[in-house]
Amino acid sequence: MDVTAAKQIGAGLACIALVGAGMGIGNVFGSYLTGALRNPGAAASQTTNLLLGFALCEATGLFGLVIALIILFT
Amino acid sequence: MQSPMEQFSIRPLLENGVHHFHKHDFIFTNQSLWMCIVVGVSALFLTLAAARPRLVPSRMQSVAELTYEFVANMIRQAAGEDGMIFFPFVFTIFVFVLFSNFFGLIPGSFTVTSQIAVTFALACLVIVTVIITGFVKHGLGFLKLFVPHAPIYLLFLLVPIELISFFTRPISLSVRLFANMLAGHTMLKVFASFVIALGAAGGIFTAISIAPMLLIVAITALELLVAFLQAYVFAILTCIYLNEALHLHDSH
Repeated sequence: MDVTAAKQIGAGLACIALVGAGMGIGNVFGSYLTGALRNPGAAASQTTNLLLGFALCEATGLFGLVIALIILFT
Repeated sequence: MQSPMEQFSIRPLLENGVHHFHKHDFIFTNQSLWMCIVVGVSALFLTLAAARPRLVPSRMQSVAELTYEFVANMIRQAAGEDGMIFFPFVFTIFVFVLFSNFFGLIPGSFTVTSQIAVTFALACLVIVTVIITGFVKHGLGFLKLFVPHAPIYLLFLLVPIELISFFTRPISLSVRLFANMLAGHTMLKVFASFVIALGAAGGIFTAISIAPMLLIVAITALELLVAFLQAYVFAILTCIYLNEALHLHDSH
């Protein structure tokens, strides 16, 4: 197989990381809403953890992007 | 059409501006220029805002006070009252990352934090500070950080995991910020190229080109949120790591 073709297939495969990131972000906000609707009083104090969890999840998907870029540009 | 990665290329700004020093080239690039702008503007802004403090703050002064309070509360929450000696450190990192993210959103500018060299240097600074703090505060007892409370036969498995997770922190900390900036700006550029391509196609396509244009506006708003959020996450993770160095496993 051509090396360029293999690289582009590899970079495309690296986008599978988005599956995990999407599930993670959905889980973070879903769990937050579940908890917040049951106990609205405690919701405001947990926004720090919410944003932290969101950012950590999102970053995991972006590691896939970095790997795709490394495959494409090296 | 230019590639969407074009905006991240580092170019020398001055002709004949190359200085040789021990086989290394020192060149003033667009990266250096925007770093100077970020540091200059943030220092100037905070100095001016705090220059004539009033009891009823002006708009500028209240923005500076809000930033101060925000970072101070973050450190108190994550690292406890004795973490406040690191306030200047965390505040500097937060303001630098925040301003470079925001300046990167100005069209035609250069995002300093989209270079992994910059973010990795910042992350290494954080980790070195954490290690030095830990050893100064606890001596060799700092190594207990790598030994969780667990039965002895599990420690053979857990200690290597703790070690690896500690030493990959600078990588994850730097790649998180760098990848977020890179992905956001690439996405903006890709959608911008849709507008140009559709607009040039003529006829019905020119009318459709308003759709990606509106999308760019929405994504720019999202990028503003991400720019703030990533500075916040960088700062709060710094606080969490410092908290571990200060208090080991027991909470503050």
